[in-house]
Amino acid sequence: MNALDRRSRAVYAQTQFDMLNELDRQVDRRVVTLDVNGEPHQVLVPVHRTLLEVLREDLALTGTKHGCELGECGTCTVLVDGEPALSCLLLPVQVEGAAITTVEGIAAGSELTPLQKAFAELGAAQCGYCTPGMLLSAQALLERQPDPSEAEIREALAGNLCRCTGYLKIIEAVRLTAHRRQAR
Amino acid sequence: MKVIGKPYPKVDAGPKVTGAAVYADDLNLPRTLHCKILRSPHPHARILSIDTSKAQRIPGVKAVVTGRDLPIRYGILPVSQDERALEFEKVRYVGDPVAAVAATEEEIAAAACDAIEVEYEVLEPVMSITEALKPPKDERIHASRAPLNIHRLLSYEFGDMEAGWARAEHVREDVFFYQGNTHLPMEQHSATAQYVDGKLTLWSSTQVVHYVHRALAKVLELPMHRIRVIGATHGGGFGGKTDPFAHEIVVAKLAMLTGRPVKCTLTREEVFYAHRGRHPVLMHVKTGVDGEGRITAMHFRSALDGGGYGSYGVASTFYTGVLQTVTYNIPAYKFEGCRLFTNKAPCGPKRGHGTPQPRFALELHLDKIAAEIGLDPVELKRRNFVKPFSRTVNWLRVTSCGLEECTNRVLEASGYAQRRRTRGRGMGFAVSTYMSGAGTAIYWNDMPHSEVQIKVDRGGVTVYCGAMDIGQGSDQVLAHVVAEELGVEPSDVRLVTADTDTTPIDLGSYSSRVTFMAGNAAVEAARKMRALLVEAVAEKMEVHGDLSEIEVGDGRIGDFTVSEAFELAEAKFGALSTAGSYKPPRIGGPFKGSGVGPSPAYSYSAAVVEVDVDERTGIVTPLHVWIAHDIGRAINPMLVEGQVEGSVYMALGEALMEEQEYRKGRHKWPSMLEYKSPTFLEMPPIESFLVETDDPEGPYGAKEAGQGPLLPIMPALNAAVHDALGVWIDEVPVTPEKVLKALESGRFGPKAFPEVPWPEEPIRVEPPAPDDLRVGPEFEAAFGVSGAH
Amino acid sequence: MLRLPRFRYERPATARGAAALAAELGSRAMLVAGGTDLFPKMKRRQFTPEVLVQVPARRAIEGDARTGFELGATVTLTQASRHPALVTAYPGYAEAAGLVSSPPLRNAGTIGGNLCVDTRCNYYDMSFEWRKSIGFCMKRDGDICLVAPGSPRCWALSSSDTAPVAIALGATVVLAGPDGERELPVAALYRDDGIDYLAKQPHEVVVSLRLPPADGTTTAYVKLRRRGSIDFPIAGCGVALKLDGVVVESARLVLSAVGSHPVEARAADEFLAGKRLDPETIRQAAELAAKPAKPLDNADLSYVWRKKMVRVVVEQALQQALGRAVA
Repeated sequence: MNALDRRSRAVYAQTQFDMLNELDRQVDRRVVTLDVNGEPHQVLVPVHRTLLEVLREDLALTGTKHGCELGECGTCTVLVDGEPALSCLLLPVQVEGAAITTVEGIAAGSELTPLQKAFAELGAAQCGYCTPGMLLSAQALLERQPDPSEAEIREALAGNLCRCTGYLKIIEAVRLTAHRRQAR
Repeated sequence: MKVIGKPYPKVDAGPKVTGAAVYADDLNLPRTLHCKILRSPHPHARILSIDTSKAQRIPGVKAVVTGRDLPIRYGILPVSQDERALEFEKVRYVGDPVAAVAATEEEIAAAACDAIEVEYEVLEPVMSITEALKPPKDERIHASRAPLNIHRLLSYEFGDMEAGWARAEHVREDVFFYQGNTHLPMEQHSATAQYVDGKLTLWSSTQVVHYVHRALAKVLELPMHRIRVIGATHGGGFGGKTDPFAHEIVVAKLAMLTGRPVKCTLTREEVFYAHRGRHPVLMHVKTGVDGEGRITAMHFRSALDGGGYGSYGVASTFYTGVLQTVTYNIPAYKFEGCRLFTNKAPCGPKRGHGTPQPRFALELHLDKIAAEIGLDPVELKRRNFVKPFSRTVNWLRVTSCGLEECTNRVLEASGYAQRRRTRGRGMGFAVSTYMSGAGTAIYWNDMPHSEVQIKVDRGGVTVYCGAMDIGQGSDQVLAHVVAEELGVEPSDVRLVTADTDTTPIDLGSYSSRVTFMAGNAAVEAARKMRALLVEAVAEKMEVHGDLSEIEVGDGRIGDFTVSEAFELAEAKFGALSTAGSYKPPRIGGPFKGSGVGPSPAYSYSAAVVEVDVDERTGIVTPLHVWIAHDIGRAINPMLVEGQVEGSVYMALGEALMEEQEYRKGRHKWPSMLEYKSPTFLEMPPIESFLVETDDPEGPYGAKEAGQGPLLPIMPALNAAVHDALGVWIDEVPVTPEKVLKALESGRFGPKAFPEVPWPEEPIRVEPPAPDDLRVGPEFEAAFGVSGAH
Repeated sequence: MLRLPRFRYERPATARGAAALAAELGSRAMLVAGGTDLFPKMKRRQFTPEVLVQVPARRAIEGDARTGFELGATVTLTQASRHPALVTAYPGYAEAAGLVSSPPLRNAGTIGGNLCVDTRCNYYDMSFEWRKSIGFCMKRDGDICLVAPGSPRCWALSSSDTAPVAIALGATVVLAGPDGERELPVAALYRDDGIDYLAKQPHEVVVSLRLPPADGTTTAYVKLRRRGSIDFPIAGCGVALKLDGVVVESARLVLSAVGSHPVEARAADEFLAGKRLDPETIRQAAELAAKPAKPLDNADLSYVWRKKMVRVVVEQALQQALGRAVA
C-alpha cells in the first residue's frame, strides 16, 4: 500500500486552510464602474470576483468564455485599453477607468467586422469556443501591425489555444483581413 | 449540382463570431443553484461511511446527495453498466464522484463539499497494464467475469493461419506502446437541469443527447417522454462528451429535489478526470510475407489500459483489432485483445476510437518488414492495399477506396521518392482507414440510426434532426443537403437539432456517422418534399407525365420562386412535412462479435510527414505535412479541410507531447499548462488533398472526414524520425528523451508483451468469398443471420 | 469555475504605504502587482491571504544605454520586451521578458512580479483537492517534500525568466520598506530555498529595477520549454559578456529553473575570463556551468534529459551573445 495514501487522512486535519473557513471571511464589496464596449456599467461586486465572472455573471456578457480560469489557455481574453488581457486574472477594481472590449463589442451594430467576416467565411471557427478570445487577440494585433507576417500572427496568438482547427484557418483569416484592409 | 461541393460558411458562424452562441455554461436560468461534486482523493478505496450533516447545515446549501440517492448503475454500453453517478461502496480512481451539493453560490457548494466527511479504507491501487495482469494485492477493481483485473478478453481467428505462416518467406514480430492522452476540448463540460411539473429538462454540452436521455431515464426511473435533453452550442468534444456523465445525472437529481434549476460546470481538472480518452495500449504484432512482400498471415495482440470503468472499452478493444484488414489484404488473421481495469480515470473513445494505436503499430511494423526484405516501404504497403469493392477475411465489406490515389497525391506533392537524404531530416509515409459510422447501434434494435424531418412554410425550410453539431459542421451538412434538393440557399435553411422533445432520433455525434447517416436521412426527407413541390408546380404549369423537366435550383422550382412553390404545395396538400431515415444494411459476418467494425463505407487517408530532428537534444520538429483524404465526395470542402487540418493538429499533439500520465496514483498534470497541447507556434504547414471516390451509399457519395485523417500522422512522424536518424521509436509520444535513448541503442520502445490468459480456443471464423458484396436481407438469408444483430 | 477565495483589497498610494500596510498585517497580507502568478495560486489555495495590497503603479522606463535604465516595478513584460532602447542595449533582458508565458499574460504580468515569481514544482502547482489527495507538501500545508521524501528542504524551482539576465548584468532592485528604500543587487534578492526563496522581507515592495550602463556588454537569454508559448522554463541561461574582439573580458552566466534560486555559474565565468570565445571554449564553459545543476523530477520532461540540456542551453546563450557582439 502506498504510504502516502495511508497518511492522507491524518494530513487532511493539518491543513491551515480549508474551504469551510473561507466562508467565515467578510466579503469586501465595492461599487465599481466599468467601461465595457463603450457602455458604463456600475456594479456592486465582491472584490474577489474576477473580471471574467463579473462580465459573464453580473453583466450577462457570456460571449467571453473560459477554459481553465488559471491563465493557461487564453479563452477568456478581452481587450483592456486595446491590449489582450486574461479576464480570469483581473479584478474589476484593477481595470476601473480602462476601456474593456469583449467579443460582443467588436461589431458595429449588426454589421460584422472584416475580421469576424473572414473567420466566418474561412471556417476559422469550428466549435467556436476559443473564437471570442482569438478575435480579440487578432484585432489587437491588426491595430498594432496592420500587415502582419505569418510569424507575427502566430506569435501574437500563441497564448490562445484551439483544439479544433489546427490554427491554420485562423491564420488565413487574419491574413485575409489584413489584405482586404490594405486593398481598400 | 448547385451547392454540394461548394464552400459555404457554416450556418452557425454568425453566432460564433459575435458571442451570441449560447454554450451550456452560458445558460443562466432564474434561481439557478450551483452544484459541486466531491470526488475521491484515493485511486482505490472502499467507502466506509459518508457524513453529510455538516455540509447540510451550511447556510445556502439546498441539497446534498450521495450514491444512496442514485444507486442504479449505468454505462454507455449495455454490456458494461458499471458506473454510478455517485459511488457509495467503492471508488476506483482519483476523481471518482462521491457526493454532490447544490447551493445558492458556487463557493458555498465548494465549501460544503469540503465539509462532507468520507471515511475510506484505502486499497492498493493498480496503475499499469502489467500490474493489472497480476493477482491483486488487496482486491480486484471490479468483480468482472474475466480473471485478475481483466475487463474483457477477445480472441478471433479468421482464415487458415497455419497455411498463412507456411506460405510466409519472412516473418517478423514487434512490440509497440501507445501512450494514453485526452481530448482537452476548450469547453469544460457543463449541464443545467430544470424540473417543473414532473418533467425534467437537461441542457448539456454532450455529443449524444440520445444516450444521455437513456441514462437519465434509467437512473432516475423516469419514463423517457418525461425527460427532455437539449444539446447546447457545443464547445468541442472529440469523443470526450460521448458518455453519459455523473454531473448530468447529479444536476437532474438535485433539480428534482430542490425544484430549482441546478447547474454544474466542471473545472479543467475535473475534465481530466471525466476523461474517456485514448487508451494506453501495448501491442504485439507478428506478420508473415511472401517473396514479393505480400502478407500471408498476421497475428495482432493488444492490451488496453482501460482505467476504472467500462465506458466504450469493449468496443475500443474490438477496434484495436478489426480494421487492420480494411487497409491491407490479410488472407489469414488472428486477433487477441484484452482490456484491463486500472485505478485511473476511465478511458473511452477519442477521435479515431481504438484505431490510432494499432494503426501506429501496423504501419511501423510494415516499414520494418520492408527494410528487412529490402523493399521500399511505400511499395510494400502498395502491394498489400485492399481492393475496392471487396470483402475482408473478417467479413467487412469495402466499397469505394481511394488508397492508391491518396498515396499518389501525397508522394507527388511531398517529393518523397526524390527526398534529399540528410542526417537530421526525414520523411515518413503512412496510410489509414476509418468508418463512416458504425454499422451497428450501441443498443441493438431495428430502428433507424438517424431520422430527419423537414417542414416547409412561410417561404422557409426548417430541418429537424437529433444530431449534435460539435463544431465539425454537421448542421451545415444538413442545410447543404436540403438546400441542394429544394433549390434554396443553405443560409435559408433553419435548423432545429439535438433536442429530444422536438427532433426525431439521431444516435449522436460519434463514430464519424453524422454526414453519412443524418445526411442520407436528410436526402430522403428532402427528396420527398421536393416531389410534393414539383407535383404542385407541375399542376400549375400544366406539365403532365415526366416531371423531370421541371428544374429545381437557384431559388426556383419550374416557373415559380421557391416561396411561390411552397404556397402552391401547401394549398394543394395542406401542412407540408416530410421525413426520412437511415439505417445501415446488415454487413457484419455470421459470428458473435461481428457488430464492431462494419460500416457502410470506409474513408481512406495517406500522409507524408517531414521532420527535423536535433541529434543533440532529441527535439523533433515537424516541418510539413502532406495529407490526402478519400472523402468520397466533399459536400462542403471548406468543412472537410477543417476536419483534415484539425485531425492533423490533434495527431501531432499525440505524436509529440500529449500524455495522460499518472504518478503515485494521481494524474500527473491535470492542467492546460502541464498537459501539453500544441500552440500556434508548433503547427507546421499542411497541404491537404481531397480525393473523391463517390461512394455508392454515401449522401452524394460522401464519406467521413472527422477521424480518419488523424490516423496516419503518428506512424508517418515516427517513420520520418527513423528516416532522419536511422533509429526506431516504437512508442507514442516521441519525446526528446526517447530520441536520445534510441540514439544510444537504435530503438526505444517496450521490450515485451505481457503474459495474458487468452482463451484456449479462439472464435474461429471461416472467411467469406472476397468478391461477395451482398448486404442486408439477401446477405442475412444467405448466411442465416438475423436483422437485429 | 475556479474562483478566488475571499479577501480584502487595499490600494495604498505609495510603495512605502503599501509596505507599511503589508508589514502591519504580516502573514495575513500579500502584495499583488499584475496578479498573473498570484491569482492562479490563490484559486488553487496555495496562497490564501486575507488582504491583498496592490503595488502602486510605476510604469516608466527611464534612461538609456549610456546612463543605464530604471524600470518601474509595474512595467509590464510586454512593455519591457518592446521598448526600443532597451531592446537595443539589453536584447537579452528584453528577450527574456518577451519569453515569459504568453502574450496576453505578458500584458498584465510585471517585471517586478517576474523577479518575485513563486518557485515551482509539479507536486505543488496543483489544486487544493489534488494536493489534499496526494498529501500536502512542506511548501504549503504539509511537512514533507514529495519530490525528495527524505529531504529536509523544499526543492521547488526558481522559474523567473528575467532574473538570470538581470543578475548577469549586475542589475539592482530598489525595495521600499515602511521606513524607506534600499537598493540590493538582484543576485542578493534570492535564497536557495524552495519555500523562503526571496531574501527580502515579505512586506518589502519592489519599486524598480536598475540596469547599469551597457558599456559594451552584450546579453542573451535562451529558454528551454516544451512549447513556444505559455510554458515556464525547464532550463534557461542568461548571459552578459564583455568582449575585446573575440576575447572575453568578463562573463556572467546565470541559470534558470535548475535550482530554487537563479544559479550563478561562477566557475564558468572565471574559466571564460581572458579566453578566446571559440567553439571549444564555449563547450568547456557550458560543461562547467552545467555541473552544479541537479534537476529533480518536479518539472516538465524527465530530469535526466533536463540535466543534459543545461549544457546545450548555456552553449546556445553564449553563441547568441557572441553573435550579437560580433555583429
